[in-house]
Amino acid sequence: MKLIWKYVRPYRRFILAVMVIKLIGTGTDLLLPYVLEHLLDHVIPAASDAWPVIAWGAVMLGLTLLTRILNITANRMSVRVAKNSTYAIRRDLFHTALNLSGSQMDKVGLPSLISRMTSDTYNVQSFVRMIQTMGIRAPIMLLGGIAITLTMDTGLAMILCIMAPVMIVLVCFVSWKGIPLYNEVQRRMDVLVRRMRESITGIRVVRALNKESYEENRFGEANTRMARQEVKASVIMSLPGPIVTLFLNVGLTLVVLVGARRVNDGQTAPGVILAFLTYFNMILMGVMGLNRIFMMMSRANASANRIGEVIDLPEELTPLPANRCAEVPGDEALIFDHVSFNYDADSPKELHGQFLGEERRQCLKDISFRVPKGGSLGIIGATGSGKTTIINLLMRFYDPQQGHVFVDGRDVRSYTRDELHRKFGVVFQNDVVFADTIRENIVFGRPVTEEGMVSAAQDAMAHGFIQNTPDAYEHKAAIRGANFSGGQKQRLLVSRALAASPEILILDDASSALDYRTDAELRRAIRKHHGEATTVVIAQRVSSILSLDEIIVLHEGEMIGRGTHAQLMETCPEYRDICLTQMKEGE
Amino acid sequence: MARDTVMKKPKDTRGALRRMLRYLGPWKYVILGVAVLCLISNLLNLWGPSLAGSAIREAAAGPGKVNFDAVKHDALLMLVCYVSSALLGFGISLVMTVVSRRVARRMRQDVFEKLMRLPVGYFDRHQAGDIISRVSYDIDVISTSMATDIVQILTSLVTVVGSLVMMTLISLPLSALTLVTVPVSVVYTVFMRRKTQPRYAKRSRSYGVMNGFVEEMLSGQKTIQAYAYEDRVDERFDTINRNAADAFSDAEHYGVTLGPTMTAINNLGLSLIALLGGILFLNGQIDLGRISSFVLYSRKFAGPINAVAEVFNELFSALAAAERVFTLLDEPEETADVEGAYLLENVRGEVNVEHVAFGYDPGRTILHNLTLEAPAGKLVAIVGPTGAGKTTIINLLMRFYDPDSGVIRIDGRDIRTSVRRSVRGSYAMVLQDTWVFQGTIFENIAYGKENATMEEVVAAAKAARIHPFIMRLPQGYDTVISEDGGNISKGQKQLLTIARAMLYDAPMLILDEATSNVDTATEREIQKAMRELMKQKTCFVIAHRLSTIENADMIIVLKDGDVVEQGTHRSLMDQKGFYHRLYAAQFE
Repeated sequence: MKLIWKYVRPYRRFILAVMVIKLIGTGTDLLLPYVLEHLLDHVIPAASDAWPVIAWGAVMLGLTLLTRILNITANRMSVRVAKNSTYAIRRDLFHTALNLSGSQMDKVGLPSLISRMTSDTYNVQSFVRMIQTMGIRAPIMLLGGIAITLTMDTGLAMILCIMAPVMIVLVCFVSWKGIPLYNEVQRRMDVLVRRMRESITGIRVVRALNKESYEENRFGEANTRMARQEVKASVIMSLPGPIVTLFLNVGLTLVVLVGARRVNDGQTAPGVILAFLTYFNMILMGVMGLNRIFMMMSRANASANRIGEVIDLPEELTPLPANRCAEVPGDEALIFDHVSFNYDADSPKELHGQFLGEERRQCLKDISFRVPKGGSLGIIGATGSGKTTIINLLMRFYDPQQGHVFVDGRDVRSYTRDELHRKFGVVFQNDVVFADTIRENIVFGRPVTEEGMVSAAQDAMAHGFIQNTPDAYEHKAAIRGANFSGGQKQRLLVSRALAASPEILILDDASSALDYRTDAELRRAIRKHHGEATTVVIAQRVSSILSLDEIIVLHEGEMIGRGTHAQLMETCPEYRDICLTQMKEGE
Repeated sequence: MARDTVMKKPKDTRGALRRMLRYLGPWKYVILGVAVLCLISNLLNLWGPSLAGSAIREAAAGPGKVNFDAVKHDALLMLVCYVSSALLGFGISLVMTVVSRRVARRMRQDVFEKLMRLPVGYFDRHQAGDIISRVSYDIDVISTSMATDIVQILTSLVTVVGSLVMMTLISLPLSALTLVTVPVSVVYTVFMRRKTQPRYAKRSRSYGVMNGFVEEMLSGQKTIQAYAYEDRVDERFDTINRNAADAFSDAEHYGVTLGPTMTAINNLGLSLIALLGGILFLNGQIDLGRISSFVLYSRKFAGPINAVAEVFNELFSALAAAERVFTLLDEPEETADVEGAYLLENVRGEVNVEHVAFGYDPGRTILHNLTLEAPAGKLVAIVGPTGAGKTTIINLLMRFYDPDSGVIRIDGRDIRTSVRRSVRGSYAMVLQDTWVFQGTIFENIAYGKENATMEEVVAAAKAARIHPFIMRLPQGYDTVISEDGGNISKGQKQLLTIARAMLYDAPMLILDEATSNVDTATEREIQKAMRELMKQKTCFVIAHRLSTIENADMIIVLKDGDVVEQGTHRSLMDQKGFYHRLYAAQFE
C-alpha cells in the first residue's frame, strides 16, 4: 500500500478533485429519489394543471444529466490517475530491473521479474482506478444510512451500531488474510510463467526428445496448482459478502422484533420500522461496496508488495568514494590484485524461494595479473574453472570478496557503471542478438558513424553475410537472432564489440562457432585495426590465444600457469597438454 | 517482424463468444443449476421484505395491541429466509469461482498444448513474452469476467423479467415507457461495444508487446549493462509503456461512460414516469398509490440494468482478450502425420538425403540441391564455413521443417510419410544452444528417458565427465539448477546436455557443435566415451574443431548450401581443396 501511495501522491490534489466531483455526483444521484418522492407526495396532489409537474420533471431531468456528467468526469479523471501512476510504477520497476546487479538478478529470477512487471502492475492499476470512485459511494451509503437511522430512532439504530464494527472487523480481517493468499497466487503464477518460458526457449529439445506430453504435464501441474490457489483465495475472499448480508439481515429481523416491542410500549411508530427497511438496504449496499473494495485491496496489496520488493532493492555496486578505494598498485590498463571470489558468499539464501545457487564454491582463488595498455591477455582452462568469472569481476557485475580489480589506473569500484562500461567492448559467452535491425544490434545506441559500423562489421567478418541479406544493415534479426546461424550471430556480436573502438576488448568464447579460417581472419583484422585496444580473450582453442602477449591457465579457480605461449609450453604441463591435443597433427 | 504480426487486426467477436460458450459446455448443467439457485435466491430476496412488511403490519396495531406471536413467527421465517439466501449466495459464488478457474485452467492448458504442436518456426517469430501474456493476462481477464458476470446476468434477468411483469400489471401505459428506455439502453450498449471493443483488443495487444519487450530486454540485461545501453532501452520501454498506458486509458475513457449513462437512462425513465404519471393522475386515470408502487418496481428494474451495463464492459474486454487467445489457438500446427504413416522401429540408421532444396523464407534458398548418403552405423561429419547451412540440415533431419523439394529417407522410408515422433525418436541430439530447465540435475539428465535410475544417470554423467563436478555440489544430483540462474557455466550446461543425450538411447546421434564450450581435454575424454556410445550408430557431427572429426567415416564439406567436397579426412587432405584450406587455417 505504501508503494501505491507513493505513486499516487503526486496526484493527490487531482484525486481530491475526483472525490469531490464523485461526492457531488453521488449526492445528485441520491437526491433524485427524494425529488421524485416530493413530486409524488406534494406536487402532484396539489397541482391544478400540468406546469408544476413539468417543471419538477425538468428538475429531475437536469439532475439526471448533471449526475451523468459528474460521474463520467470523475471516472475519466480516475482513469488518468491510474494510467499515470501505473505508467510511473512500470517505468521505475523496469529501470530498477534493468540496473539490478548480477547477484540481485540471480535472486529475483527473470520469470518472476516479468510477471511483476506485467500482471502485478495490472492488479495495481485496476485498484487505483476503482478505489477513487468506488471508495466514495460505498462509505457515503454506509455512513449516510447509519446517520439517517440514528436520527430516526436511536434505540433501534443501536442494533446496527453494534453490528457495523463487527462486520467491518470481519471484512478487514479477511482482506488482511487475503494478502498472503494472493501473494501465493502470484508466486504460482511465476512458476507457471517460468515453465511456459522454459518450454518455449527449449522447444527444439522438447520436440527432439518427444517430450511434448511430459511438458504438458509439467505445465498442467503448475496450472492446476495455480488454479487451486486462485479458488482458495477467491473462496475465502467471497466469504465476507454473504456473511455480512446475513449479519445485516439478522439485524433487520432484530429491528423488527425489538421494534414491535417498542411500538407496543409506545416508544416508536410502525412507519419508522418501515423506513428502516429502506435504509437498511442502503447500508447493506454500502457494506457490500466496502467489501468489494477490500477484496480488491488485498489483491492489489499483494501485488504492490511484490513490486515494492524489487523497486526498493538497494542499488548495488555503486561507486565508492575515493578514500575507500584501494591504492592503485601500477599504471597497467587491467590489474587483478590477489582476487578471490565466490558467487554467493554473502547473499541471504532466498528472496522468494527462487534462488538456487549454492554451488560454485570458491570460484577464484588469489588471482593476480596485469595487462599493460594495448596489451593482450588470453585465458584458457577447463570448463568451470572460473574464466568467465574474471570478466564478471573486471566489468564489476560482482565485487570480489578479497583483493582488488583495477581498470585504467583506478579501482573499478571508483567508476560509475556507465563510465566503466564505456571503456569496454565485450562479447559474452551466451550473448544476445536482439529482435531488431542489424544496424541497431551493432550500433547499440552509441554514437557510431556509418563507416565505423561498416568497418566493425568488416573486421568481424560479418559485412559479407550482412550484405547478402535482403535489406543489408536494415535487415531485422528474428527473436534471439534465430534467422542467423550460430557463427553469424557470433560475428554480429563481435561487430557490436568493435563498433565503438573500445579501449578494452573482451571476447569470451566469441568465436567458438566460427570455422578456423574465419576465426583466423577475424583475429588478423582485430590485430590490424584494433591493435591499440587492450584485449582479453577467453577461448577453448589454443589457436585463438597463442599469439597474445600473455596467457593465463586456470584450473578450478586457481592460476596454474602464466606466460607467453612459448614459456607455457616449457613451464605448464597442463597447457602443453591442451596444445598437443589440439595440434598433435600439426602438419 | 514479430511486432507486425502481433499488431494484426483481430476479428470475429461473435465467433469468440461462441467459442467461449463452448468452454462452458461441460458445465452447462452446473450453470443451469446455478440459474435455478439464482431464481430461488431472488425469490427469497423478494420474500424477505414482504415478511418484514407483514410483521410491521402486525406491529401497526399500536401500543399494547401488538400480536407478538405473529411477529415472532414472521421474524423466524425472515431468519430462515435470510440464512438460506445467504447460503445460496455463497454457494453460487463458490460454484462460479470454481467453474471460472477451471475454465481458465482448461484454456491455459489448451494454449500450452497448442504451443507443443506449433512448428518451431513460430517461436522465432513470436516473442515468448507476448505468448506468455496471453496466458497470464488475457486468460485472467476472461476468468475474472466469468466468475462474476454470469451470475450477475442471470440474477438481473430474473429481476428484470419479474419487475416488468409487475409493472405491466400495475399500469400498461406507464410500462410502455420502458419501450423507450430499454431500446435506448440496448442501442447505447451496442454503440459502445463498437467503440470500446477494438480498444480493449488494442489494450490486450499492447500489453502483449510490452510483455514481449520486457522479456527480451531483461534476458539480455547483462549485455545492456555492459554497453551502457540502459538509457536507450529505458527510452524504448518508455514508448511501449506509454502506448500500453494510453491503450488502457483510451479503452477506459469510453468504458467508464457506460455505467453512468445507464444510470442516466434509467433516471430519465423515472423522470418520464413521474411526468406521465402526473399527467395521468391529473386526468384521473391513475391513483397515487399505484404510481408509487410502479416507481418502486421500476427502480428495482433499473438496478440490475445498471449492474448489467458494468458487466457488459467487463465482458467486452474479456471478449477482446479471448480473441487473442483464439488467434493463437488457430495458428496452423505442424502438419499432421499422413494417413497410415509408417512407424519407424528398430531403425538401422541409413539416411539418404536426395535433391533437397530448402529456405526458411520463400525466395531465400539456403540449401539448393543437397544429396548425401549416410550408411548405417557410420560417422558423418558436416563441415563448412558458418552460414553454409549445416544447422539447417539438422532441422530437416529432425523434421523441424520439411524440405521445399526433395526427399529425406531413413532406412529407405520417406520421413514425410513416417510418424513424426518416430523420426525424432530415432535421433539423440545435442545442440549448440544448451537448454536446461529449473529442476534438479538428476531431472535434467534423465529428461529424455522416463524412469531412468540413479545408476543410469550417474553413468551418463560420468561418461559426459560432469560427475566429479556434480559430486562437489552440496546436494549432488539433487541440486536445483536453472536456465537464467548464473549458477553453472555454459560449458557445464553443455556437459549436462551431453549426459542427457547419452542416456537417451536412440539409434542415431546428432551433435551440433556439442562441445564448443568445453575445454579440449574434457572434450577428448567425452569423445572416448562417445565412441563407445556411437558404435553401431549413425552419427551426424557438426564441429569446427576439425581435430574432433578427423576419424569420421565421411566428411561432407558444405559451402553456400551445396556439397563441394566429400570424402575421408585423408582423401580430402590429399585433394588440397577447400577442406584442406579450412584445416590449415586452424594452425595459422
